[in-house]
Amino acid sequence: MKKHLTLLATLALTAGPLMAQDLTVTSFGGAYGAAQQEHMIDPFMAETGVNVLFEDYGGGIAEMKAQFEAGNILWDVVDIEVIDLERACAEGYLEILDHSVLPAGDDGVAAADDFIPDALANECGVGNIVWSVVFATNTDNGPGPTTMAEFFDVEAFPGNRGLRKRPQVNMEWALIADGVAREDVYELLATEEGQARAFAKLDTIKDDIVWYDSWSQAPVLLNDGGAAMVQSANGRIFAVIEEDGAPFEIVWDSHVYDLDVWAIMRGTENLDLAMQFIQSATRTVPLSGMQDVAYGPTRRSAQALLSDEVKENLPTAHLDVGLKADGIFWADFGESLGEKFNEWLLQ
Amino acid sequence: MNSISHTLDPDDARNAAREVRKRRLQAFLFVVPLLVFIMFAFVAPITTMLYRSVHNPTVANLVPETLAALEEWSGEGMPDDTVLIQFATDMKRMANERTSGQLADEINRALPGMSSVVKSTARTLRRVEDSDLSANGATLLLAANDRWSDPATWRAVRDAGPTYSSSYYLTAVDMERTTDGGIAPRDTQIYKQLYTKTLKMALIITILTILLGYPLAFFMAHASSGLANFLMVFVLLPFWTSLLVRTTAWIALLQTNGVVNSTLIALGITDQPIEMLYTQFATIIAMTHILLPFMVLPLYAVMRGIDNSFMRAAISMGSRPLGAWYKIYLPMSLPGLSAGALLVFIISVGYYITPALVGGVDGQMISNIIAFHMQQSNNWELAAALGSLLLILILVLYWLFDKFVGTDNIKLG
Repeated sequence: MKKHLTLLATLALTAGPLMAQDLTVTSFGGAYGAAQQEHMIDPFMAETGVNVLFEDYGGGIAEMKAQFEAGNILWDVVDIEVIDLERACAEGYLEILDHSVLPAGDDGVAAADDFIPDALANECGVGNIVWSVVFATNTDNGPGPTTMAEFFDVEAFPGNRGLRKRPQVNMEWALIADGVAREDVYELLATEEGQARAFAKLDTIKDDIVWYDSWSQAPVLLNDGGAAMVQSANGRIFAVIEEDGAPFEIVWDSHVYDLDVWAIMRGTENLDLAMQFIQSATRTVPLSGMQDVAYGPTRRSAQALLSDEVKENLPTAHLDVGLKADGIFWADFGESLGEKFNEWLLQ
Repeated sequence: MNSISHTLDPDDARNAAREVRKRRLQAFLFVVPLLVFIMFAFVAPITTMLYRSVHNPTVANLVPETLAALEEWSGEGMPDDTVLIQFATDMKRMANERTSGQLADEINRALPGMSSVVKSTARTLRRVEDSDLSANGATLLLAANDRWSDPATWRAVRDAGPTYSSSYYLTAVDMERTTDGGIAPRDTQIYKQLYTKTLKMALIITILTILLGYPLAFFMAHASSGLANFLMVFVLLPFWTSLLVRTTAWIALLQTNGVVNSTLIALGITDQPIEMLYTQFATIIAMTHILLPFMVLPLYAVMRGIDNSFMRAAISMGSRPLGAWYKIYLPMSLPGLSAGALLVFIISVGYYITPALVGGVDGQMISNIIAFHMQQSNNWELAAALGSLLLILILVLYWLFDKFVGTDNIKLG
């Protein structure tokens, strides 16, 4: 009898993940995923009793395209960067969301006024965090560059520059360092001359660049001396300063910020449940938890819950010196600039 | 043979034949799981890849009527209003079905910047009444964005139309079709360089593994079995360790303040750290280390089977040791050397993780670009064409190898 019970229990446990009440949520993992687990996933499971499978992916829309083409939708909710959202939404991989069902902030302000405008700008997503690409220096090396022009000045600030091996952000930074105003960057980059000018500026530091592929390599490079200054997602640098007391300093000048949003895969069988999750995860308190990894919440009421000291570390406190990453521009020029960038690297 | 079977009882002959059939069936059954697996995991995906590199029906499925209407158009000047109206109608339908992004992607490939034009035009036309569209579609389309007044845009729409196309292969060799139907080099010259570089690096790595592996295998094959087994552990241990762990270990060794640089500075050989990580040097040294067992193992297995008395005989007959090795030993160890070289070369041509982690810019190989088109640009057709070319390249090299060295000369043990 006992054996039978064990068998039944095993069956019940293994059959669990197959039941329709499960929700598959996909995000980026790491410290960011852990913060989402704590502030969004766990509370949602506790409140509703729904079992959430929380999975990782590396970003981009290739996996959505694959699921859609195979007619086998495995994900329900997905955390996606705005730079990819534009494409995923237009190609029909994502559901159009009804922003009017989002709950008001804890201070009573309606969702439409509580969210920052960029968070609800796309019909397929609800903004989750504001994150940013900044550069950081190691203060052990003495005073480092404090502006983008200085970041490109190898005479005044010798040493390697760690950059992520892709055109995004690097092309923007090159133009800003060359004296282009932030608001003109994308317009100029859409022209042949603008692209040539950006590559010419990158040429001036080409010998001093250390290229890396994954965000996780940025703090490592800065730590081991492989680079005197690195490009990084702000949260990565923040984490090593907080946890390991690393002598790093984040420079906010000309940072390129973007949003991550929650979106729903088109064709999911759990549409209502997925929307319920997004409603729950984008309330004031869960969003304010994203401060753990130094990413700014997209609701004003959530920002109000943070201490001034914490706010200072978030991209949202530095939007005035930043540049909003242009998802539409990169949907237009990502592939052609990607090829030109690879060609430039080979020269 | 025949005379014997004639004397056999017909029943016995039948039984014997049945027995043979049974054996054959049994033998076949042993192979079935592998055959199914190979079909499923190897033949099917590769066929799909080859097919995908020439077959892209996206545009043909999205705007069939527009493409049919465009057939009349000469390619010079603007197409007729009927084409424009048809296209405007198609755009509205795509906006409602939310497939405009797929068309945008395809057109954008020929004309960067068109993606947002297609999508915003579709959004504009979505709100227009059908009757209005069939009357003023052309005007509305031209008003939505001035790029629709450019004949080049319409050539891009037309050229993206065919379901079967060789254009991805043209791109993969840095060529493109010109407006008059000829073939010319593209502005961006990248893929041929990358193929050459990938082959060159694979060749260097193969030569390095031979230089390191051949003496080692020779020594192991002639050492006492205890020493040989002991050394074999040192060959196999890294072989059993995860690829990522070994690559990361190389990062720890080669980085600016890493083990190698600290040692060099402590010994006074250099006073400034040497930059080794994120260079072609790093890719080559890490891949040589990772692929060395693939050279040592077949060489060792073949060398173990070579009788030492041949060499002794040659030397006793007056040959110098080096001459004896060249005339006697090398040809006999060649099957192992061929197997090792072929394995190392082919594996390194398609390598991805190690160049991505330690290679920086110099260490970039063709597989990194294939991954770029799979994961970021979403141009799966081009990725398939690049992958197919790589496959063809390897098959050609294998054929050349077979012609000059002979594949029957390959031995893994």
